Amino acid sequence: MEENVRGKMNTKSKSMAGSVEAILNKYKSGKREDLIPLLQEIQDDLGYLSEEAIVKTGSFLGMSTTKIYGLATFYDRFRFIPYGKIQIRICNGTSCFLNGSQSIINKIKEETGTLPGQTTRDGNFSYEIVSCMGGCCNGPIINVNGQYHTHIKAEQLPELIKKLKYVIEKD
Amino acid sequence: MEDIKTFLIDKVLTYESDTLLPETEKVLQYVRREKTDKPIIYVSSGTSSVIAGSEKTCDAIDTYIKENEPSAVFIQVGCTGPASYEPLVCIHIPGKNKLFFRNITEEKVEPLLNGVFHNDINEDDLAGQTGSKGFELWPGIPFMDELPFFANQKRVILNNCGCYDPESIEEYIARGGYRAYIKAIRHYTFEEVCDIIEKSGLRGRSGGGYLTGLKWKHALNTTSNARYLICNAKESDPGAFTDRTILESDPHRLIEGIAIASYAIGASNAIIFMRSGSDHAKNRLQKAIERARDFGLFGHNIFSSGYNLEITIRVEPGAFVCGEETALINTLEGKRGMPQLKPPYPTTAGLFGKPTVINNVETLMNVPLIMQNGPDWFRTLGTENSPGTKVFAMAGKGRLTGVVEIEMGTTIRTILEDIADGIKEGKEFKAIQLGGASGSFITAENLDTPIDYEKLRKKGIGMGAGGFVIIDENTCMVVANVSHAVKEREECSKYLRVLSENL
Repeated sequence: MEENVRGKMNTKSKSMAGSVEAILNKYKSGKREDLIPLLQEIQDDLGYLSEEAIVKTGSFLGMSTTKIYGLATFYDRFRFIPYGKIQIRICNGTSCFLNGSQSIINKIKEETGTLPGQTTRDGNFSYEIVSCMGGCCNGPIINVNGQYHTHIKAEQLPELIKKLKYVIEKD
Repeated sequence: MEDIKTFLIDKVLTYESDTLLPETEKVLQYVRREKTDKPIIYVSSGTSSVIAGSEKTCDAIDTYIKENEPSAVFIQVGCTGPASYEPLVCIHIPGKNKLFFRNITEEKVEPLLNGVFHNDINEDDLAGQTGSKGFELWPGIPFMDELPFFANQKRVILNNCGCYDPESIEEYIARGGYRAYIKAIRHYTFEEVCDIIEKSGLRGRSGGGYLTGLKWKHALNTTSNARYLICNAKESDPGAFTDRTILESDPHRLIEGIAIASYAIGASNAIIFMRSGSDHAKNRLQKAIERARDFGLFGHNIFSSGYNLEITIRVEPGAFVCGEETALINTLEGKRGMPQLKPPYPTTAGLFGKPTVINNVETLMNVPLIMQNGPDWFRTLGTENSPGTKVFAMAGKGRLTGVVEIEMGTTIRTILEDIADGIKEGKEFKAIQLGGASGSFITAENLDTPIDYEKLRKKGIGMGAGGFVIIDENTCMVVANVSHAVKEREECSKYLRVLSENL
């Protein structure tokens, strides 16, 4: 049951200096067009783009850090702060929107007290709004650490968040 | 495994005559699983099925088979179309027609399989049967293709979706796959392939409706030492999931389409540009490409034709705007995805300044079929100016949702009333949004317009790339429109900035 509620817990550690170098070494040619795949791979590995990783990428590609920040902030998939232990994704595709995803977003905002794309101060929760997950007939949908919850209603959320908090505390 | 590989390469892929030997056909029937001596259980496993709980269904079926029916085979297939029926389970008992069961969640698995294997079928979960000659009918059970959802569709490019294991290249080849590609690279010149596609009248399915063959010729006729083909699977529009369904359900046909298109323009590098967040589709595609490479369909000097091709997958880093051609090219070059004014068109100066053709997933899916069946066959489908079919992702307030394919010329009313079966909970119809947030709204007076580029354009409606969102009386149009406009506001301002800088 517990597994059903929380999905898989984020267990990535935050300092993985070695792994950034390992990723950089894969792109031996180090051309400009490698920049985005490189950043994507680092983010997949670390969960976010740390300052250290960006500096290293910059010196590897011979680009200024400002330029890399400029590029990374243009695209909304790049994050500069780590995910929370519980990462919630809320679908706001047209179909979920028509079925009431706005009230879900508002409720989660209220319950966690943080904004989309950010992480709560205790590092427990983060959430983001995505454009269509593809379960259009089961909306509104949220995804908690990889676990889908379909036909979710705003009034179910406080209970869910409470359960998640309990799970975090137990760990 | 190696045996079947050499068999397929020698007797099917590189077999010179169009009709295969009868003994080859006999083996292929088994590879296609048309003939079987064991019961087969198919479970749909696209993203929409996973969201509806198909992973747990699969686990339950696996356990059941191990305990009760060890002879049965269990296969995960792509998405058949009706998302409202997910998880969809299909059971093929040897000698009998295939049976489809809808909404089979974890707890329904055991009673269902017990019933089927002991000839006591629960009618509540039943969706229908499909079959071919020589199989025993299930009495009193409707045929799938007679259900209004399927009867009003014309499944041409989706005909493989949900029928075979998308990770099995053997099955795709047994269904006639990759033969058109091998034939093209061995026997046709670049121009001949472009000519065939131009003659078929295939038009770009991303909304613009430009003749695909003509676009290819522009790139081919530009002198250059390298050319690129990009498959645009970005699909930015909220509510559109056609490309992803295709990638998950029939990746091999897309790869074949990409390979033929690359050959037609003389490109030795093809890139598939995917939407972020569809990991399931990406994994399937990655596996499909690896399998195809294993069969020698890519790489250096493919099947001794002298043609080289490499296909890579790139995932977008998240920007609504980078589905637009010029913005997409900037993203691939490692820059900010800002759109630029055209001309120059990508066919003259695209990726790294080289001639580049950017085609939509659906467009490329048509290519292998046209090469197989000829341009005249393609002309028999659809209308005179818009031949072929169109795929839509029905979402929103329709009673049924899912991916549908209709022949061009079908009216919007047919899709709404027959295929989608009207509005959920008996509410009144308000509008249909065609083509995502920047698309058009269709109200009741335009419902009888046929799906055809010119006829829609006359009414001021854009075809869009496949979004088909049904809106009922309870939805506020301002909110429906504004919420998404706000999301894309940032992106639209990028367009405006480019425009104003160039004024």
